[in-house]
Amino acid sequence: MIKTLAKSIREYKFQSIITPILVLGEVAMEVIIPLLMASLIDNGISDGSMGYVVRMGVILLICAVVSMFFGSMAGKTCAAASAGFAKNLRHDMYYNVQNFAFSNIDKFSTASIVTRLTTDVTNVQQAYMMLIRTAVRSPLMLVFSFVFSFRINARLSTVFIVFIPILAAGLLLIISKAHPLFKRVFNTYDRLNASTEENLRGIRVVKSFNREEYEKSKFYKISENIYSDFVKAEKLVALNMPLMQVCMYSCVIIISWFGAKIIVNSTGTELSTGELTSMFTYAVQILSSLMMLSMLLVMFTMSRASGERITEILKEKSDITNCENPVEEVKDGSIELDNVGFKYSKSGEKYVLQNINLKINSGETIGIIGGTGSAKSTLVQLIPRLYDVTEGSVKVGGTDVRNYDLNALRNNVAMVLQKNELFSGTIKSNLLWGNENATDEEITDACRKAQAEEFIENLPDKYDTVIEQGGTNVSGGQKQRLCIARALLKRPKILILDDSTSAVDTATDSKIRKALRDDLPETTKIIIAQRISSVQEADKIIVMDDGKIAAFGNHEQLMNESPIYREVYDSQVKGGDDDE
Amino acid sequence: MMNKSKASNNAKTQGAPVDARKEENIKINGKTVKRILGLFGQYKLRLFLVAVFIIISAVASVLSSIFLQTLIDDYITPMLETGEDLFAGLFKALATMACIYVIGALSGLLYGRIMATVSQGILKTVRDKMFSHMQTLPIKYFDSHTFGDVMSYYTNDTDSLRQMISQSVPQTISSLVSIVAVFFSMLRQSIWLTLFVLVFLVLILKITGYIGGKSSSYFIKQQLSLGVVNGYIEEMINGQKVVKVFCHEDKAKEEFDDKNGVLCKNMTKANTYANILMPLMNNLGYVLYVALAIIGGVLAIQGVSNLTLVGWNTLTLGTIASFLTLSRSFINPISQVSQQINSIAMAMAGAERIFTLIDEEPETDDGYVTLVNAVYDKNGEIKESDKRTGIWAWKHPHGDGTLTYTPLKGNVVLDDVDFEYEEGKPVLHNISLYAEPGQKVAFVGATGAGKTTITNLINRFYDIADGKIRYDGININKIKKADLRRSLGIVLQDVNLFTGTVMDNIRYGKLDATDEECIAAARLANADSFIRMLPKGYDTVLSGDGSGLSQGQRQLISIARAAVADPPVMILDEATSSIDTRTEAIVQQGMDALMKGRTVFVIAHRLSTVKNSDVIMVLEHGRIIERGSHEKLIAEKGNYYRLYKGVFELE
Repeated sequence: MIKTLAKSIREYKFQSIITPILVLGEVAMEVIIPLLMASLIDNGISDGSMGYVVRMGVILLICAVVSMFFGSMAGKTCAAASAGFAKNLRHDMYYNVQNFAFSNIDKFSTASIVTRLTTDVTNVQQAYMMLIRTAVRSPLMLVFSFVFSFRINARLSTVFIVFIPILAAGLLLIISKAHPLFKRVFNTYDRLNASTEENLRGIRVVKSFNREEYEKSKFYKISENIYSDFVKAEKLVALNMPLMQVCMYSCVIIISWFGAKIIVNSTGTELSTGELTSMFTYAVQILSSLMMLSMLLVMFTMSRASGERITEILKEKSDITNCENPVEEVKDGSIELDNVGFKYSKSGEKYVLQNINLKINSGETIGIIGGTGSAKSTLVQLIPRLYDVTEGSVKVGGTDVRNYDLNALRNNVAMVLQKNELFSGTIKSNLLWGNENATDEEITDACRKAQAEEFIENLPDKYDTVIEQGGTNVSGGQKQRLCIARALLKRPKILILDDSTSAVDTATDSKIRKALRDDLPETTKIIIAQRISSVQEADKIIVMDDGKIAAFGNHEQLMNESPIYREVYDSQVKGGDDDE
Repeated sequence: MMNKSKASNNAKTQGAPVDARKEENIKINGKTVKRILGLFGQYKLRLFLVAVFIIISAVASVLSSIFLQTLIDDYITPMLETGEDLFAGLFKALATMACIYVIGALSGLLYGRIMATVSQGILKTVRDKMFSHMQTLPIKYFDSHTFGDVMSYYTNDTDSLRQMISQSVPQTISSLVSIVAVFFSMLRQSIWLTLFVLVFLVLILKITGYIGGKSSSYFIKQQLSLGVVNGYIEEMINGQKVVKVFCHEDKAKEEFDDKNGVLCKNMTKANTYANILMPLMNNLGYVLYVALAIIGGVLAIQGVSNLTLVGWNTLTLGTIASFLTLSRSFINPISQVSQQINSIAMAMAGAERIFTLIDEEPETDDGYVTLVNAVYDKNGEIKESDKRTGIWAWKHPHGDGTLTYTPLKGNVVLDDVDFEYEEGKPVLHNISLYAEPGQKVAFVGATGAGKTTITNLINRFYDIADGKIRYDGININKIKKADLRRSLGIVLQDVNLFTGTVMDNIRYGKLDATDEECIAAARLANADSFIRMLPKGYDTVLSGDGSGLSQGQRQLISIARAAVADPPVMILDEATSSIDTRTEAIVQQGMDALMKGRTVFVIAHRLSTVKNSDVIMVLEHGRIIERGSHEKLIAEKGNYYRLYKGVFELE
């Protein structure tokens, strides 16, 4: 995990390495300064020697300035290193997610990817900042202070040898007890988030079923869990401070007693009063460094979970990658499916698609119809290689889709997804997704074909109308038409509409189909629809049933041959005939 | 066609001040401080104890630093100078100190533990308060706020409060106690030198103020750009499949890098200033130390008489030595307080956001007509019953103190209703319609003609501008919202499922429904067969809004959910749009059986869905332009006829 994460340090390596070095300088000064202060008192003030005071004072000042310099520089490089590291982590994760295949995205839910990119990165960043600054500082401080205290008086310093292990053991015990609690708290936090998000998304359902109280009780339960676990954990951690105080105060008393004895017995030769003062300073420094270390340990264990979650994203390999020497050119819009079988996970038992054999000529219009869950969408998603087949092969323009460059393939196979998204920006900026360099004429042309021109022209800001996140400020039908226009701008060889006109009224729907037929004769058009009217004039119609092709042919053939097709037709058209 | 975009424009204008408010957060608002203090209210006794314990523990640590002086001045120096054995006295003094230390450590332990309950308790109160208030907010609020933004109230903002309550506040109190105690000790030693320390302190505070202010303002900038990055990530990852289909990855990366870069810049600056503060304070403390040594030394050598709290004396070298140590104990807590500035600033910003949510105007509900269980007595009069009878009645208290009961039938009348989401831009004009119990009323029209708006008015998601809507003859404004909505079942086009089993999701419609009732409802909705195919049948756990299911399957579950609620009036808003027509026909049969004798409003694009309705309303630009049965409308050869013919126009 650490190795994977460390790869993201990159250009901030310098800052990351220099920070501990600067900290080293700062710590050295901080250890020397108490010595200087002691001798300033012992030899300067106590003896009333102003010259010495001034001389020592100047040295002390220089040390303070040096220490300030090191400290500030370390603060600066540390901030730059950790913020930069976080930036690179987000960058690397985001870039890797962009390479994910659909199956990878399905594996992590989108909500989880978002949390990993945000909260988890922040946690790791905090830990990293601690690592290069405090984690270096505390042990250094510990060691330096220990060494210096030994230099002052070895006998007296043995007290630390007794208390350091006691404190360390106590702190470790507390942490090991608290860690599982913290872990549980963070899991519960995830549940709290999920519950809030669901409530927000489903607020209309909540309100129409009057489930406010029910939702509250759900929320309160989770909230209560967080409360009780957190209180337990914090109460444990609250032991840290008194433990540390007990150790420190014990040291102070012991040092006072024996220190006084040593001074008096040796009449100040073995230990001076100034040195005794320094011993106290070192005692505080040693024990508080230990305390810091224990807090660091808590931080690290808490951010370890985040680190693992980030690593999972970074290590995830896209299920779909370019082959070597990919084909860049898609010859035409012909499609051939040869004995295709598909299941979503390799270990899954049930095949979603089975024994699919299909040949579609370039420029044909193909309708696909079938019941809910009959795998219509799955079938078409194999064509732009959003998923890879489990068995058999899919060919576009005579070449296996796995041999194409992914971008080349997808630029030639435009797909309007069932669950489509518009992005915040203007109508125009959304349309430009189809073709970055599209001219205004091309844009209006695509909109005209998609029957979106009229409503866009009626908007006050026309093409510059601002679209809100998720396209919530246009109606379902308008959104679908914009999505179709966006796909048309790609000038694809194959155009797939996955139930993309379900919210568009029938008249507009038929206008769109007419425009596609008349203006894009070269393009292979695949239309998945619920309405029989949307597919019945297609060259050929595929009737899907439970992952298999139940029938394939034109309207007349299917009316004669396919009972399913006829049934669907009757259910939609029956009654209409009476009025003819 | 325009209703939704108008609604959102409205949302946008509401959204704008939200951003502006964020910027203003930089100033700490006295009212916010007061309200935060108000949160502590219920813990008064415990907080008092905490304060006492903090003070005891702080005093213990101050005594500890003063004790050093006593040790040297009262015991070691005299023993060195006179050779007298004072160890017995020293032992006593140390024993006293030990007791003080034990009390100090105990107080520390106690306040830590009490504080854990207090701070977590406050956070729980805040969370629960926010959530329960959020449930009362009108739909408009949810239209105008992004989910990510609202969710961060519960995470980031609440968390910033935790930081402050459990760390900054105790730290600050304990530091203040130390500062005051040390300050008096200093005055006891020498007022002159203390004055000098004060002058120096002003300098230190100036510097801290400058750097702390810089740091805080960058921290707030950091939070803002963090929000921007979070928003961008959320949007892009949610639309990741579209990004892939359009090969838009490179563009998405580029934009991300820009935003990520800005965040990194602000983060670096904020943390740099915060990181510099500590070494700066620390070392300024050393500067003070040296300055004091020199000034004190000069004063002592000059033999300047020294003013102390206890009177005049001469400035001895011993006094200076102990004063120097005190100056360290004075600066340390000050630099600790300065470390808390950032977290306090962040907490203030967070608290202010939390309070705006809590202050958000709730949905108004002046309704007084309620829905009660009822029975018919021997005379055929309807009476209230406290048991579940299956018969419902509206309980209508009148101004003169009388009560009337109207049986719940499901008669809905709209009388000349106008509505606008945004002032001056009406969406519905003069809508009048009557739906008798048992009738099926359909709305047909282009996307955005106002169909959904009508149903949003019937269940009072929005309140009408003009005209009247009556339910069983009662103006719906008089009916309590909860009871009104209980009498209406709604199936929406966008299905929202909740984490839990399939069974839980169906039971959402009626919380005390038995498993059998739920399964019967699922059968009715034709969902039973596919649910049984799921890995664990009805016990299959759905998560992430039922992401494993197809849109059509989700719609079937949501129909089952509404069916189990068994309401007298049902609104189906494109409820079957993603279900294939064969399945739809089966669902329809079940629904028709269920809805016998009840009122149904249907919105659908598919004319086959609405054809058998009793009355079909054709809407255009918020007006009903045609109404009548299918046969009548076809015979009229108007818009409906053309729409209907549209299905076949290609033949």
